[in-house]
Amino acid sequence: MNRRKEREPRRDEGLSRRDFLRGASVAVSGGLLVTEPVSAKAAPPPEVLGPGEVPISLRVNGKVRKLNLEPRVTLLDALRDKLDLTGAKRVCDRGTCGACTVIMDGKPVYACNILAIEAEGREIVTIEGLSKGDALHPVMTAFVDNDAQQCGFCTPGFVVAAKAYLDKHPNPTLEEIETGLGGNLCRCGTYAGVRQAVLEAAKSLKGGRG
Amino acid sequence: MAKCKYDWPDAGQRHLIGQRIKRIDGPAKASGKAKYTFDINRPGLLYGKIYRSPYAHAKIKSLDVSEVKSSPGVKAVKVIQDAGTEIQWAGDEIVAVAAVSEQAAEDALRKIKIEFEELPFLVLDDDLSLAGDRAKPAGEQKSGDPEKAFSEPDLVISEGFYGTPVITHCCLESHGTVSEWSSDGRHLTAWVSTQNVSGIPAELGEAIKTPATDIEVICDYIGGGFGSKFAIDRWGVVNAQLAKETGKPVKLLLDRNMELEVAGARPSAYAKVKVAAKKDGTIVAWESDSWANGGLSGGNMPPIPYVFNIPNKITRHKALVTNIGGARAWRAPGHPQAAVLTICALDDLAAKLNMDPIEFFSKNAGLTGERAEIYKQELQKAAELAEWSKLWHPRGDKRPGHIKRGLGVSLHTWGGRGHNSNCNVTVNPDGSVEVALGSQDLGTGTRTVIAITAAETFGLRVEDIKVNIGSSKYPASGASGGSTTVGGVSASTRRGCVDALDQLLATVAPSLGAKPEDLEAVGGRIQVKGDSSKSLTWKQACQKLGVRSIQTTGKNPGQCSLGSSGVGGVEIADVSVDTETGIVKMNRMVCAQDCGLIIDLKTAESQCLGAMIMGITYSLFEEKIMDQQTGRMLNPNMEFYKLAGIGDIGELVVHMMTGPGYDERGVIGLGEPPVISPGAAISNAVANAIGVRVPTLPITPEKVLAALEKGGMA
Repeated sequence: MNRRKEREPRRDEGLSRRDFLRGASVAVSGGLLVTEPVSAKAAPPPEVLGPGEVPISLRVNGKVRKLNLEPRVTLLDALRDKLDLTGAKRVCDRGTCGACTVIMDGKPVYACNILAIEAEGREIVTIEGLSKGDALHPVMTAFVDNDAQQCGFCTPGFVVAAKAYLDKHPNPTLEEIETGLGGNLCRCGTYAGVRQAVLEAAKSLKGGRG
Repeated sequence: MAKCKYDWPDAGQRHLIGQRIKRIDGPAKASGKAKYTFDINRPGLLYGKIYRSPYAHAKIKSLDVSEVKSSPGVKAVKVIQDAGTEIQWAGDEIVAVAAVSEQAAEDALRKIKIEFEELPFLVLDDDLSLAGDRAKPAGEQKSGDPEKAFSEPDLVISEGFYGTPVITHCCLESHGTVSEWSSDGRHLTAWVSTQNVSGIPAELGEAIKTPATDIEVICDYIGGGFGSKFAIDRWGVVNAQLAKETGKPVKLLLDRNMELEVAGARPSAYAKVKVAAKKDGTIVAWESDSWANGGLSGGNMPPIPYVFNIPNKITRHKALVTNIGGARAWRAPGHPQAAVLTICALDDLAAKLNMDPIEFFSKNAGLTGERAEIYKQELQKAAELAEWSKLWHPRGDKRPGHIKRGLGVSLHTWGGRGHNSNCNVTVNPDGSVEVALGSQDLGTGTRTVIAITAAETFGLRVEDIKVNIGSSKYPASGASGGSTTVGGVSASTRRGCVDALDQLLATVAPSLGAKPEDLEAVGGRIQVKGDSSKSLTWKQACQKLGVRSIQTTGKNPGQCSLGSSGVGGVEIADVSVDTETGIVKMNRMVCAQDCGLIIDLKTAESQCLGAMIMGITYSLFEEKIMDQQTGRMLNPNMEFYKLAGIGDIGELVVHMMTGPGYDERGVIGLGEPPVISPGAAISNAVANAIGVRVPTLPITPEKVLAALEKGGMA
C-alpha cells in the first residue's frame, strides 16, 4: 500500500506554516496539483492517518526499520530521534541549508522536508550508510584531506550531497560543483576546501572503479 | 643565550609544528559519527520547548498555564517570567515545557493563556532621528588638536557616512543543552553546545543551586559559536530544572527562528566621518559622530579610528537602546565595524587625493605603531597576490559595458594572547600518551594543535597522542573566545609534555649509559643526542616506567614565554559589479596574515579561508532585518537570512606570514583577525569599480543601484 497517494494536506484550522509546507509537499509528491481545489464535497474521503502514532517501516542503509510515529514527524526527525542516525543534522528545518541531506531512491533530498510516512517504500541512504566501520568513503577522505570542514555540522550533508552529485556527474568542473552543491550552506566558511575535495573525490572514485 | 627549557624548538628542530597537518577529528566529522549536543539521545528522553514573547516590549498582564500542564504528553511546565514582568524583546523566554515529543510540547504551548499590555518599542537603528532619548550620549574622546588640525591650509578633507547593520551568529547547531540527573538527583550531566566547557558548571550551578562539583558539562563537538556560546543562558538553566523535576533527561535546542532572533546579535555601527590629510597623503585629523545598537545595553563605540593612530582626533558616540534582543560577542567584537567606519573613510580620502590606496596605507603605516613594518610587508604581499599593479585603476572602471571591476584593500589588528589553561599529561608504561584539558574545539583545530604540540615534544606521530577535551572533568582551560585558545592550550600542553619527558628521560638514562640532559626524543625513539645507535624505541623507554605512569600538569601562563599578543593583517577584494542589476560578484579575495608561530599551517589557512567567506557573507548578504510595525525580526530563517553559498565566494588566496621575524613572537591566536577586513575591503572594491560609495553593508543590489543613481552614474 502506498499511503502517499491518499494523503492530502491536513485541513484543521490553525495550520502552522511549517505544517502547511509539509502538507503541501505531500500533495505534490503524491501527484496532486497544488492548484487543484481541495474540496471535501467533490473528493472521495481520504484515508485519515493520525493524529496519533501509526506503524511505518523505513528502509534505511539496506535495513528495514519498523517504527511507530505520528504522521507529522519528518523523515529527518525519525532518523535522528527514533533510529539514532544523527549524521544528518537539523539546521534550517525548512529545506534551505542541506545539512539534513540523505539519498532517497538515488537522489539527494532534504530529509527535513519529507514526512517519514512519505519515505515508506523508498530506499534511503544516510551518511552512516556510506562508511564501513572505520573505512571512510572516498568523498569523506577527500573532505578530510582538503580540510573541507571546520565545526563539521554541515559536513555530513555536504558529503552526502557530493556523493549523490558525483554518482550522476563523475567529471565535474569547478563551476559545475558550485552549482551542484549550491543547495548546501556552511557557516564556518569551508567552501574552498569543499570545492577541492569534490574535485579530488571525483578523481579517486574514477580510479577506484578502474 | 641559554634557552628556556619549555621554549618552542628552533626551526630546524621542528618536525610537525608549522607543517600542514590534517585535523585529527576530521574522519569523525566527515563520517557523521561526531556527536554534537543536538545529537545526544538518551533513554527516556523528553523534549523541551519554550513559549516566547510575541511582542518587542510588553508587560505580562496575566498568565495561566493550567491547560499547558494537562496537555497530553506533558511532564513538566516551568514559568520563566510570570505576570507582572516587563518583556524587553520579542522572543524572550516566558514558559518552558518538557513533553514526550517535540510535537506534544508544541501542542501544549499553544494552550497557554496569556495577556500582554503592549508598550512602546524601537527596533530600527539606522536613523538617529527616530531614536529620541533612546540614543544615549556615550562619550567624547579627543586627542591632539583636531580643530586646529582641520583648519590648517592645503589639506584634502573627505567626509562620508558609513555603517554596518546588526547581524546574527547563525550557528548551524543552535544553542541548547541536554540535561540528565543521576537517580538520586544530586549529580547533573549537561551536554551543552558551548565555547566554555570549564566555565559553565559554576555559572549553571549558581543558577540551579547545585555545587559546581556536582555538575559535569560535556561538549565533544560544537556546531559553531562565533562568540555567542559563552553563557549557559536562560534556556540552559530551565532545561536543567525541567530534567530535575521530571527525573528524566531533557533536550532543548533552539528552533532556527529563535536561534536567529534571540541567540545573538552583533551590534550595528554607523558614523559620519571627516578625515583630513596633507596633499602628500599624510593623515592628520579625524572627526566622527557614531552610534551603535546593541539592544538594551546600547552599543559601544567600535575602536575608531581603527589601526591608524591619527594624531589629531575627536570621536563622539551614542549608544542606541533598542528592543532587539541581547548583543553577544561576534568574532572580533567591534573590529569589523571599526574597519568599515575607518578604512572606508580613509579609502575615500585616498580617492580624493588621487592616490593608490596601497601606496596611501603604506605611506601612513607609521601611524599603526610597532607593527608598521609588518603592515608594509603584508600590503606588498597581498598586492602582489591580487595582481594589484595590473588590475587596480583609479576610482570608477571607465571601460565600456555594464560589468565594472574594482579592487579594494583593508587592514586589521587583534590581540590573541593565550588564555589560562591547565592540562594533565599522562605517559603510560605501554607507551600510550594522553593530554586532557577542559577546552573545546570550535572547528578551529584545537584538538589537532594539542596533538601536534605533544607529538613534537615527545618525538612521536600526531596519531600517537590521545587528546581528551570537551568535559569539565578535565583540568580547567579558558573559554574559546578572542583567539585565545591556541596560545593557551599549546603552551600548557608544551609545558606539561616537557616535564613528562624530563621524567621519562631520567628513568631511562641509566639504561642508555647517559645523563638525562644528553638524551632527546625524536622519531619515535629516545636516543643519545646525535647518536641514534644508543637509543630505545618510545615503547621500550616507557616500559622502563614499570607499573607507574608519568603524570604531569601543564599550565599557562607559566615559565618561559611561549606566545605573545598582537597581529596585523591585510586583505584585498577583487569584485565585479553589474551596474544594470546591482549584483556584486566576488572574483578573488587575498589575505596576508601574521600570527606568530603557526602550529598547524593547514588549519591556520582554513581559519583565514573561513573568515574571508564569513566576511563575504556579512559584506554582501547578512542583516537582521527588523520591522518597526511588529517589533519582530522579518528574516529569522535561512531563506531570507542569507549566507553565502559555495558559488558566491570566488577565488580565495591565503598567505601566512611565517619565518624569521614572525616565529619568534611565539603562538598568537588567529580566529578573529582575518574576519575583520572583508567588509571594508569589499566596500572599497565596489567603490573602486562603480565610482561611488555604497555607504552601508550589506552591499545589496538595491543599495548598489541607489548609490549609482545618487552619484548620477545610473
